[in-house]
Amino acid sequence: MFKYIVKRLAYAVLTLFVLSALTFFMMRLLPGDPFIGEKAIPETTLKALNAKYGLDQPLFVQFGMYIRNILQGDLGLSIHYNRPVTDIIAQAFPYSFDLGLRALIFATVMGVFLGIVAAVKRGTIWDTATMLIAIIGVSVPGFIIGALLQYFLGLKLFQWTGIRFFPITGWSTFASKILPAFALSFGSLATISRLMRTTMLDVLGQDYIKTAKSKGLSQRKIIWKHAVRNAIMPVITVLGPIAAAVLTGAFVVENIFSIPGMGKFFVLSIQTQDYTMISGTTLFYGAFLVIASLIVDIAYGFIDPRVKITEAKE
Amino acid sequence: MSEIDRSQFEWIGANATEAEKISRPSTNYWKDAMHRLSKNKAAMFCLFIIITIGLLSLLVPVLSPYTISEQHLTHTDAPMFFADPTDGHLHIFGTDTLGRDIFTRTWAGGRVSLFIAFAAVFINFIIGIIYGGISGYLGGAVDNVLMRIIEIINGIPYLIIVVLLMMIIPPGAMTMVIAYAFVGWTGMARLVRGQIMSLKQQDYIIAAKVMGAKPSRIIGKHLLPNTLSVVIVNITLAIPAAIFTEAFLSYIGLGVPVPMASWGTLANDGSRVFQMFPSQLIIPAICISLTMLSFNLLGDGLRDALDPKLRR
Repeated sequence: MFKYIVKRLAYAVLTLFVLSALTFFMMRLLPGDPFIGEKAIPETTLKALNAKYGLDQPLFVQFGMYIRNILQGDLGLSIHYNRPVTDIIAQAFPYSFDLGLRALIFATVMGVFLGIVAAVKRGTIWDTATMLIAIIGVSVPGFIIGALLQYFLGLKLFQWTGIRFFPITGWSTFASKILPAFALSFGSLATISRLMRTTMLDVLGQDYIKTAKSKGLSQRKIIWKHAVRNAIMPVITVLGPIAAAVLTGAFVVENIFSIPGMGKFFVLSIQTQDYTMISGTTLFYGAFLVIASLIVDIAYGFIDPRVKITEAKE
Repeated sequence: MSEIDRSQFEWIGANATEAEKISRPSTNYWKDAMHRLSKNKAAMFCLFIIITIGLLSLLVPVLSPYTISEQHLTHTDAPMFFADPTDGHLHIFGTDTLGRDIFTRTWAGGRVSLFIAFAAVFINFIIGIIYGGISGYLGGAVDNVLMRIIEIINGIPYLIIVVLLMMIIPPGAMTMVIAYAFVGWTGMARLVRGQIMSLKQQDYIIAAKVMGAKPSRIIGKHLLPNTLSVVIVNITLAIPAAIFTEAFLSYIGLGVPVPMASWGTLANDGSRVFQMFPSQLIIPAICISLTMLSFNLLGDGLRDALDPKLRR
């Protein structure tokens, strides 16, 4: 178990290192020079400026400085807002985290539930309906679902009934959080329910389920005690990638519903070509997701005894 | 009712050669699979939709009386089936905020979106099959190193890498292809590796080795053709993912440059006037969703047809 955790940790650190190297060298590849402006700067001043910011050092020394700055929590100054990137992240990220977590929880709970229903009631109308939802969820991008929900449930429903069930934009009341969270979760919900159905069908065909049935356990006990516990394992492994999908999906959903989260800043920084902001948020997102999947991996190691067994054999 | 003659019921005798004759051509794996696929109504319907969308994307931009960048400032944001007052041509999907014909732009956009998706998936396929083939066949230390590299690439969310790449290469359809292919091949490589790992234990591979076949021949002639069915299914399912990525990137402002159109940029344009003219978003949205849906269902159908063991 210890070896497994160390291995995962080493991967996470290596991935983060590659990610920071990638952002660093990409920023270096961008055209332009920080000191080129309207006024011509004398040669000596330029030299002094370069020396001041360490730009006369060899590239790997600069990279070392960059890494040191990141480790100290300094992601640079946003060109567009003229504020430290970490400030903006600290202000905006709580909104994104709130939205992402709600979407993730909804997608997991609903997805697992629908997958179980579809597998247990295999071949019935429930199965067909669930798989229809799943295939639509996989095929319709989140931003389209978001825009449609906003139009029909936010705008049209208000015009027809005169009662505002769901606000069109914002992130304040509970009602205003329903549509964005749902739009964001739909794709992941579909993936999870399809996966859950497949593994559940696989488990239900196993011999120990037959044994449980023949010793007279109730259907409810068989499903919840014997089947679901085993079938849910693969769902846990995809939670890492699903979290990534939810967070990147938030870029557009936040934009549609005007939620002041990270996604909105990220998209805006792309449109205004705010390079430091892009590299800073990229790094932050990357680190966040790497750590999230690290936690999922380690949790999986604890939950699934088979991981321990293969470790012991090695 | 005609009278049936008794002579028609006479025994004509057994013909030994006729009895042994195989009157139908023998079927092979691919014919069998295609037969099973043609029985799958949903998959065939999806194939029909894909072909229709493909043909429309190819033909409409050529045949249309309008070009993608031609502006009609007298009738901007026109509704669907709006007849042009000057020449009587029909704007089937209406016009956008700049008075450009949406029908032409939608199918020209389909060309761009489908090109990006197919080209990206094709590159992924080539890289994935070579990388996965080498990794799976050689095994051992080489495999270990190659797989660790994939693991690190997969650790970084691919959309973030794509966004970073899009920042440094000038925008365009080819850029999208490169950006997507840069990270998209890992799935294919893993898949091919897994297949080859299990296939190379088979007896016929050992037989080929014993007869002195070179590794390149064993990989190219014996191993890869046998992974083909899994790879085809994966390609079909990778195309909707590529279409989604294109739409996503266009939507956050990293799409193909104006006046070019793709379904993603059309959706992005449409979303700005969505409250007033919902059809401008709904049309590209339907195109994206319908194409993705069709490829997904066709992929499921192909998987069932090519590997009946997996059918559930």
